Amino acid sequence: MISVKNLCKSFEGYTAVDNLCFDIKPGEVVGFLGPNGAGKSTTMKMITGFLPPSSGDIQVCDLSFESASLKIKQKIGYLPEGAPAYGDMTPLQFLTFIARIRGFKGAEKDARIDQVVQQVELQEVMDKPIENLSKGFKRRVGLAQALIHDPEILILDEPTDGLDPNQKHQVRELIKNLAKDKIVIISTHILEEVTAVCNRVMIIAKGKLLFDDTPNALHKLSKYYGAVTLHFSYRADASELAELEGVDSMEEDLKTGRVTLFPKPGEHILHLVTAHAQRCKLPVDSLFVEQGRLDEVFRKITQEVTE
Amino acid sequence: MGNISILFKREFSSFFASPVAYVFIGIFLILSAVFSFFIGGLYERGQADLVPFFNFHPWLYLFLVPAIAMRSWAEERKSGTIELLMTLPISAWQAMLAKHLAAWVVLGLSLVLTFPLWLTVNYLGDPDNGIIFAAYIGSWLMSGAFLSIGLCMSALTKNQVVAFILSVVVCFLFVVSGSNIVLDAFKSWAPSVLMDTVASFSFLTHFEAMAKGVIALDDLGYFLLVTVCWLFAGLVLIEQKKAD
Repeated sequence: MISVKNLCKSFEGYTAVDNLCFDIKPGEVVGFLGPNGAGKSTTMKMITGFLPPSSGDIQVCDLSFESASLKIKQKIGYLPEGAPAYGDMTPLQFLTFIARIRGFKGAEKDARIDQVVQQVELQEVMDKPIENLSKGFKRRVGLAQALIHDPEILILDEPTDGLDPNQKHQVRELIKNLAKDKIVIISTHILEEVTAVCNRVMIIAKGKLLFDDTPNALHKLSKYYGAVTLHFSYRADASELAELEGVDSMEEDLKTGRVTLFPKPGEHILHLVTAHAQRCKLPVDSLFVEQGRLDEVFRKITQEVTE
Repeated sequence: MGNISILFKREFSSFFASPVAYVFIGIFLILSAVFSFFIGGLYERGQADLVPFFNFHPWLYLFLVPAIAMRSWAEERKSGTIELLMTLPISAWQAMLAKHLAAWVVLGLSLVLTFPLWLTVNYLGDPDNGIIFAAYIGSWLMSGAFLSIGLCMSALTKNQVVAFILSVVVCFLFVVSGSNIVLDAFKSWAPSVLMDTVASFSFLTHFEAMAKGVIALDDLGYFLLVTVCWLFAGLVLIEQKKAD
């Protein structure tokens, strides 16, 4: 359980985090979204205890950093931005160091290391200096380091940045498969990542919390949510579609020839559209229901404050 | 204690994972030999002792110790590993102490490796080995004080070169404050209390007696106190600057 109240952080006159309030319960996988410089990393740094807040209060598992900083740090696994690690060490030396600092000894330490090495698939590079590893492997070393003590709280700052699509998939699977009673916070720029792994989304811009709900609710904010898009194999008159009951408006993309129909709020229009297309023998060759376009919602939410 | 020893091991092995420790020890041995034989005239003096060798130690440390200390915090901050380190379940003072001890042991190792000189004077004559041992201890203590200045300056900046230059300057001030150049400048106008105070800050003044084999409690206390104060200052700095 993480409880953040009126959290603020300012650096020499500029406010990085502005009055954030939220609670995160076990089982929640939270995606921190926001433009660059929005205050995501600063917030994470404060939750991990690296930075002290300028004002406000952070409680982790009912403990506060003033009185129980070491106890809290034991509970948290943290992957800092850019996955820093000691370049002169090999992953084996590095993970051994982290495991020992986390209080593991002997056979248990070896078992922990073996387990995370398998989880993130580091076997082939265990004896190469970290500074010589590729970006993807470095990131995985960072992940292994954060996972080694099986923490209750996992905080990952851009965990998939710089990974190829396969590695991204692998990391997302890893996060999904973590025990269901953990708190996971990930920050990312990648919008589809949020729908892929998170069950809660927070959008932060200019240090303020602008949105805090499920990914589905974020989709619903899009004007494309529930809209039906069709494409005709040759030019056809689609104007009648706009007249259908339940259809609010119609948009036609002249370049691609795609027609998008927006429903009135709360209406489902797919069955109406297909029935009409059948009746009028419209040459439809593709038709799908839009899930909502996250990039559009993201822009709408974050640009409101920047302007 | 456990944490310090784990951190110490990491720091110590990182000196040897890169050429830093080897280069340092090599240069230290070469320079100390050059100084004691060619400039100090170890043979020509005709005395079986290591005074010429120890006399040059403050000047040798002045450049070599900042070189070994400069990367300790500056690199952690530059590469971002400080974020990792400070979010591990350890205290900042443990990290500081471990860094100091690791570099201090490397310095001690360099001193131990000057044993051929000790063998030489023992072969040539009949020196007082108690004095020599005391001087070694004194030299090592002094190097610890130099080191703490270097660590503090390294905590001040992300840039290793800046850290190096700053610590050479501060170390220089501490070394020369007891030398005649500085004291002569004060002599004409300053009251003797002020002069004594300035002189008492000097590494040279406190090391002089130690190089002759006299380990007095106030010299010992002085070097330990200087070390602790600078390490503490470094700790305050790193807490404030870690996020920059």
